[in-house]
Amino acid sequence: MGIQTPNGFNLDNSGKRIVVDPVTRIEGHMRVEVNVDADNVIRNAVSTGTMWRGIEVILKNRDPRDAWAFTERICGVCTGTHALTSVRAVENALGITIPENANSIRNLMQLALQVHDHVVHFYHLHALDWVDVVSALSADPRATSTLAQSISSWPLSSPGYFKDLQTRLKKFVESGQLGPFKNGYWGSKAYKLPPEANLMAVAHYLEALDFQKEIVKIHTIFGGKNPHPNWLVGGVPCPINVDGTGAVGAINMERLNLISSIIDRIIEFNEMVYLPDVAAIGSFYKDWLYGGGISGQSVLAYGDVPEHANDYSAKNLKLPRGAIINGNLSEVLPVDHANPDEIQEFVVHSWYKYPDETKGLHPWDGVTEPNYVLGPNAKGTKTAIEQLDEGGKYSWIKAPRWNGHAMEVGPLARWVVGYAQNKAEFKDPVDKFLKDLNLPMSALFSTLGRTAARALESVWAGRQMRYFQDKLIANIKAGDSSTANVDKWKPESWPKEAKGFGFTEAPRGALAHWIKIKETKIDNYQCVVPTTWNGSPRDPKGNIGAFEASLMNTPMVNPEQPLEILRTIHSFDPCLACSTHVMSPDGQELAKVKVR
Amino acid sequence: MGAATETFYSVIRWQGITRRSFHKFCSLTATSLGLGPLAASRIANALETKPRVPVIWMHGLECTCCSESFIRSAHPLVKDAVLSMISLDYDDTIMAAAGHQAEAILEETRAKHKGQYILAVEGNPPLNEGGMFCIDGGKPFVEKLKMMAEDAMAIIAWGACASWGCVQAAKPNPTQATPIDKVITNKPIIKVPGCPPIAEVMTGVVTFITTFGKLPELDRQGRPKMFYSQRIHDKCYRRPHFDAGQFVEEWDDEAARKGYCLYKMGCKGPTTYNACSTVRWNGGVSFPIQSGHGCIGCSEDGFWDKGSFYDRLTNIKQFGIEKNADQIGMAAAGAVGAAVAAHAAVTAVKRLASKREDADHNS
Repeated sequence: MGIQTPNGFNLDNSGKRIVVDPVTRIEGHMRVEVNVDADNVIRNAVSTGTMWRGIEVILKNRDPRDAWAFTERICGVCTGTHALTSVRAVENALGITIPENANSIRNLMQLALQVHDHVVHFYHLHALDWVDVVSALSADPRATSTLAQSISSWPLSSPGYFKDLQTRLKKFVESGQLGPFKNGYWGSKAYKLPPEANLMAVAHYLEALDFQKEIVKIHTIFGGKNPHPNWLVGGVPCPINVDGTGAVGAINMERLNLISSIIDRIIEFNEMVYLPDVAAIGSFYKDWLYGGGISGQSVLAYGDVPEHANDYSAKNLKLPRGAIINGNLSEVLPVDHANPDEIQEFVVHSWYKYPDETKGLHPWDGVTEPNYVLGPNAKGTKTAIEQLDEGGKYSWIKAPRWNGHAMEVGPLARWVVGYAQNKAEFKDPVDKFLKDLNLPMSALFSTLGRTAARALESVWAGRQMRYFQDKLIANIKAGDSSTANVDKWKPESWPKEAKGFGFTEAPRGALAHWIKIKETKIDNYQCVVPTTWNGSPRDPKGNIGAFEASLMNTPMVNPEQPLEILRTIHSFDPCLACSTHVMSPDGQELAKVKVR
Repeated sequence: MGAATETFYSVIRWQGITRRSFHKFCSLTATSLGLGPLAASRIANALETKPRVPVIWMHGLECTCCSESFIRSAHPLVKDAVLSMISLDYDDTIMAAAGHQAEAILEETRAKHKGQYILAVEGNPPLNEGGMFCIDGGKPFVEKLKMMAEDAMAIIAWGACASWGCVQAAKPNPTQATPIDKVITNKPIIKVPGCPPIAEVMTGVVTFITTFGKLPELDRQGRPKMFYSQRIHDKCYRRPHFDAGQFVEEWDDEAARKGYCLYKMGCKGPTTYNACSTVRWNGGVSFPIQSGHGCIGCSEDGFWDKGSFYDRLTNIKQFGIEKNADQIGMAAAGAVGAAVAAHAAVTAVKRLASKREDADHNS
């Protein structure tokens, strides 16, 4: 029984249907439906983006220099990464170059975001899929201390420290007001950590909550605030002035020292807390290697973190660039954002309309006309959905494909590409992580592997921050304080028509914006974002996307408690506000609704 | 509440803070809120004895920057706020439960804490397509929002989205994203605008309510006066350069490196009501102007549709401020009086303009 998809999954929707809506601990709004067989194994998966905002049409006819601020508001979690992508797209279209210092500062901001996003994702969005908070109450603080000290020399590890924390936690639970832990799946057999590991993880949940607010101060120094720091087409807005009049209000020695101390703390936290925690938790979930989906077949990375300013070719990018298909790790294929045949978006199962829905469209020629209809087998009504029909349209997310393939993007994709390119800085940490857990390479393609890649990347990003901080200082020392290029700041200096694209590796994966400029205004703006790739619905050929594929064949301990679904979906760090923001280029108003 | 209930006081004592330091904290809190010495003992009493107020935090169309800002709070630390000051019983972004286990909390809160919980709203409901541009539990978000508003003690509109509409409501507002006070019309709503609001402003508003047991005093647009009654420009540390006619003319020019006024680069500080230039951001590290970019006015209604962020405030051109600023810039000194006078005129015009806008809104 069932339908065979071209990308190798057997879908069978005959079993019991489980609906999870809302999916929580993500950015934005999302729904998942699965069918489980008689053994409670997932045999069909449907993921749905349940929100839509329309930023791109709002951008039409605006000043391209303002676009970063609009697109930055696509997401406040990966704050800044859309803004960076946007200024790169405008600079690409208009042929604007940026100073070396601006490149280093942008890298520092982007890397700070990677670390912040990864730390907050692991501890505050993902950990509760692995960690049983209530079980921590029965831990022995002394044994917890022994465990903590056996995996790391992090100083907050005494028996008294864990005892005090446990006391606080106990009072919190006994108050009957469980706050964010209310109605969790505590006590489920799907949790595998001993009480001591749970207590240690809860301690680090709280420590990470304190620490994350320090990481973002790097954005505050260069961009004035976080979330949503300020950016600039042509460079960065913050001037450098280390010893002249007024230096106190610019990037000066005090600011550089503050950045440096934050980088030290980032490196320390990554290497003494985050990575050891992931390894420790992984050691208890070694035999839960579900969730790989298409990560072992088809992954895509655009690359990011340019060594030198203004060169976005693969060889100048410190994060790897390339595509892998059909599981062939011996060949990393080149990616071209400007090729109309490579990246295309389909809408046959999305709530949009194309003249011909069997075909995909390249983002420069993107059309996004909403068309909210449910399939014939959906249950409920249009405004009270009980069950979706995946045979029809079922998501506000489009289906992007690379040369026709559904692709996974994100930290795991980047690390798989880097590994396949035989780059030691990616290959060695992966090999070591797997060896320490005594796991084969195939274990990387799993929910756990996705979570581990993110931790390894956070460690990598922390070290890169040190590198670019040193580079920034060396360049200032050499007499270059420039942070902005204003040669083409004035619209009068622009050509009548221009088009371009910009890309980054957002924390969640490959991100690109495509822009067309006409008479100094935005004529068309399209974004294809990481969660559009990962959360994509089916395409005309029936290929399922990364989220759906990752849920397939996972056994559930108790289908009434969607712990395994959450664990795997969270391992992608979904961002739904990002994925579902597109809008028709003509932006006509839809049905009018009276506001009382 | 039983003896097991943790109060703020027990928490900070547990952290090794002395009773003396605790009272000092209360005095400082009272002072920073602009309150007298008597308030300090009221704060102390509340923090020592009250159980935690349930908070339901809902998300409509938004980008989650408000939640991200909230967790940046340095005082109080967000862990202490969540563990000890409020009971954050529902927040899709961080809660453990999902699906119907999450939905059940909403029902339970309405039944068990009728009239006693705070509803905090991040984002706004879209009204086009029957509300289905934002689906939550298979239904339009706006339904859930109205349902939870029914029995709330107080409603907080977090950020520019819930307060004014923000980016998705910028022209042409394709989803008809609508500020929450247009769909909840029978309750007072505390607007805490900004994209996002400052972390300590957010926790300050919540703890004000839990501490004093009343809503903060609001201005006529519904914003807490304690944080939104003055413009960025009023307290900007670069204000002396404005008054002296010293302006940045180009990005990264000598004037930029010296920290001169960003008015000519499009700074919206003169028309933006917020606490950025006083409270500053992320534990006081900086704020946009200090880091070299003009204010984009993100706490003002409709700030996306007031021209480019790099346009000088054009709606005040007729009063000659722009010309004056240029002339002063060239003369470099000696025109301080003119700048101040022009500035006062700008202020008066803005006040009239915003009154007119209010009248439009109410009509």
